[in-house]
Formats: sequence, structure tokens, C-alpha cells
Amino acid sequence: MAALDGHKKIETNATLLLTLSFLVVTIGGIVEIAPLFYLENTIEDVEGMRPYSPLELAGREIYIREGCYVCHSQMIRPMRDEVERYGHYSLAAESQYDHPFQWGSKRTGPDLARVGGRYSDEWHVDHFTDPQSVVPESVMPPYAFLADNVLRPTYIADLMETHRFVGVPYTDEMIENAELDFVQQATDFGDSGVVERYPGAQQRDFDGQPEVTEMDALIAYLQMLGTLVDFSTFTPDESR
Amino acid sequence: MTDDKTKHPEEQILQEGDPETTGHIWDGIKEFNNPMPRWWLWTFYATIIWGIGYTIAYPAWPLIQGATPGLLGYSTRAEVQEDIQTFEEMNAPILARIAEVELSEITPDANPDLYSYAIQGGAAIFATWCSQCHGSGAAGVQASGYPNLLDDDWLWGGTIDDIHFTISHGIRNEDDLDARYSEMTAFDEILTDEEIASVVQYVRNISGQEADATLAAAGEDVYLNNCASCHMDDGSGDQFLGAPNLTDAIWLYGGSEEAIEYTVRYSRFGVMPPWSADASEAGRLSEAEVRAVSVYVHSLGGGE
Repeated sequence: MAALDGHKKIETNATLLLTLSFLVVTIGGIVEIAPLFYLENTIEDVEGMRPYSPLELAGREIYIREGCYVCHSQMIRPMRDEVERYGHYSLAAESQYDHPFQWGSKRTGPDLARVGGRYSDEWHVDHFTDPQSVVPESVMPPYAFLADNVLRPTYIADLMETHRFVGVPYTDEMIENAELDFVQQATDFGDSGVVERYPGAQQRDFDGQPEVTEMDALIAYLQMLGTLVDFSTFTPDESR
Repeated sequence: MTDDKTKHPEEQILQEGDPETTGHIWDGIKEFNNPMPRWWLWTFYATIIWGIGYTIAYPAWPLIQGATPGLLGYSTRAEVQEDIQTFEEMNAPILARIAEVELSEITPDANPDLYSYAIQGGAAIFATWCSQCHGSGAAGVQASGYPNLLDDDWLWGGTIDDIHFTISHGIRNEDDLDARYSEMTAFDEILTDEEIASVVQYVRNISGQEADATLAAAGEDVYLNNCASCHMDDGSGDQFLGAPNLTDAIWLYGGSEEAIEYTVRYSRFGVMPPWSADASEAGRLSEAEVRAVSVYVHSLGGGE
């Protein structure tokens, strides 16, 4: 096996070995990773997706802060049992404005990818305050304190700019109106244009208290999860 | 010479029957050139061949426009679509019959196959869509306003047709014009504190709970003037208006003095979404599914 004799040269020469290993890994990387950035069928554009509204974005931050992703996934897999229980399987595009995405890897609690609209706001308040009062078999800890923490939009515009920096298409208008939209979305009255700027956004007093609390933000986030894409008009591309 | 530590130990002496060596020697130890175990080597070759076959059969190699689709034409999305379709086709005939027959005909005697299907399918639908509020065992959440579906106490009627209507259109929602609707008046600013205190005692009295007799007697007039139009003179309620029966000591928001007083002062009522996709855009269930879950709820123990 004369061809393999050359291998001795590589084995006995550390620099050559490193250089060639690096080359092999680079080729592997280019073949496996690079196409994901240009192949059209890995970047599925779906109608209805929009960036999170300021209040929803704040709710998402609380979701991350409280570690909800440790017990809840946001990824409905394409299998019949999951689709029957949770709804249409998740599309990559549905987490296109998530930085970082909340797919999760463990379901101590149910998947939340399409939890929006499945429960009333009152139910969510009851459930966060004392989960076992509405789901006796649940092992979820209570999050009653969320209703006591008043939330101010001081840093929301900064947060949105950070998201814009990593590619979320927030417009200047959205960032200028961030604080107003934030407060407005959690009230029953008035119109700051939040629903116009963020189509499909739900504007109301989510937790029944006059102040904007962390409870408002988290419920606003949960109530929009999975609701943006209209699946009655969606045709799946089968090559994906 | 034996003290010379720099000297290599004695070189290994090959023995009769030893395999060839690779020529490598470390500290006098020689490396045998034993071949790989055959089973291992052939398994290794087999995995390479399998790998090549796999990338031909399944979607794999990224090209300019898209990845190679693979000879088998496999797609996760197509698979789940097919899977769901298979079951939908299997279910279609029986679902069509459930949607057609009279609701009162779906009984163990008249249509045992339909009934058994409706109960089991209804239980699955209940677990997916109803258990959130009514509990996985359908016992509701007493004192939080999520009604118990296991007892004989019905707010909007417990016949199969009543249950079917309630599930189809929901209660106090804005999505379905046919939704059941009623709102109790908040009496906080209508009645005086004394009147409220007395009517609370009156209600506790007619529900058979401990009550202050003097106040309760005084509360009768207040009750008849303000409450009886919906809850009826005898307190038995009106299912047409969704006015609860006040005499049965089954409470939606608790029967303590505080709880009743809160309800009288500020009024409380729940909401339920419409489920029938035929009746409103917000509906998520087909007619057959609504019927199945109606039969299931009706069978839970309290159905009339």
C-alpha cells in the first residue's frame, strides 16, 4: 500500500498533521454550514412574521430570565401526535426574530410554541399566581411576584437597537415609539399605533392591574406565541 | 556499566511465532503489526458503503439552488402530512355519521359504535382543549370560577343539546354572535351596605348554610326585589339566563360570606370561547368533534 506509506510523514510531523487536519475540518464546515446561508429552501419566508412589539420583547426577556425554557420547549416537531396536540409544526421562520431562539430541549411542561390564544388572560394570571389551583397535577413553581413588579420601559429602546444590530428589522419609527407602544399595549384604551406597527399585536390590560407589570409583559408574549402565521394560507414546500 | 542510567534497557527479543513488527521501537519495546480484527474492519467498510448509499437515497448534498432530493424522495413534512391524512381517512366515515345523526341518538343502545367512538374521541378533545380550565378530570376549579362538569349543577343546561350549544358557541365571547350571554349586575353602588349584608345572609340561608336569622329575614325583600328576576323567587336559578341555582350550595366562586359579598358587590362571571369552526372564525373544532366532546361531557355523570 504505497499510498498509505506517505502517512508516516504526516504522523511524524506535528505541524503538517495540524495543517492537514485543519484543512479537512474547513472543507467539512464549508460543505455542511455555508450552504445554509445561501440555499433558498433553508430560508423560508413566511407571511405574517414580524419583530416582537416592545412589550412582547420585554415579556420574552422575563421568559428567559425565569428560565422557562428549562421546562418548556417552543418547537412542535413534524410528527402526527405533536401536530394533533399542539397545532401546526413549527417553521424555522417562526423563530427568525428570536435572539436567542427558545426551542428548548426538555418538556417537563407542555410545548409553548402555539400557546397564544389557548388560555384566557385571567387563566394565565391564576396559573402564574398558583399553578396548582388550575392544574392540580402541575409541578410548576408559582410566579405570583411577577404581578408585583412594575415594569418601566427605560431600556426597551436600547434592547430593540441591540436586536436590530443582530438583524431584526426594527425601523427607526418603531424604536422612537418604543416607550409609548410598550405602555399602550398593556392598556385597554387609546391607540398609539402599536397594532399598526406590529400587525397582530394584542392590546389590552393583560393582568387586570392599572400598572404595567412583568405579568403583563409575560402574558402579552405568551398570547402572541405561534399566532402570527396564518396556516390556512400557508403551503408547505415539501423539499424542506 | 550496570550503573549507567542513560543506557536503554535491553532491547526486546522477538520470540518464535511473534507477528511482524512495524519497525517502531520505544525504550526497546517493539510494536507488533497486528491486523485489525476482521469483523471490525468489515463493519467499518460497510458503514462507508451505507453512508454513500444513504446520501444517494435521502436528501443530502447541498448544491447551488437546493440540496439533492434523494432517490426515495423523502421529506419530513410530506411524511407527517401523509400520516395525518391516513388517520383522517380512517376516521372520516364515522365522523361523518356522528355529524349527521341526531345527538340524542348517540347512545350506547342506539349506536354503540358511534357512542364508543364519541366518548373516546371526545375524551382526547377534552384533554387537548377543555382541560386547561375544566381540569383534566373535568372537576373544574371550585371557587375560581371554572365550572365542575361532573356534578348535576348546570349553569346553561345539562341536556345533550344544551351542552352541544354551549360548546359550539361558547359563553360571553365576542367571536360568536350566538354565544350564551348574561351579565350579573354589580350591586355595590345600587344597594346599601346593610342591604348587601342582609341579602348575603339570605342567600346563605336558602343554600342551607349557617346564617344570621335576623339579617336573613331582612334580606328576603332585598332578594325578591333585586335578585329574583334572574335567580327566581325560590333561588333555583334560570338556565336560560345562566343564572346559577343558589339553593344547592354548589358555588362557582365560593360560598363563604366574603365570597358571596364580593360577588354581590362586584359581580363575577366567566367566559368560554366558541369551539365550532362552522359557527365562528375563532372555532377550532369540526361539527363532529364538537358533538363527540358534547357526548363525552354529557356522559361524565351530570348529563340530563
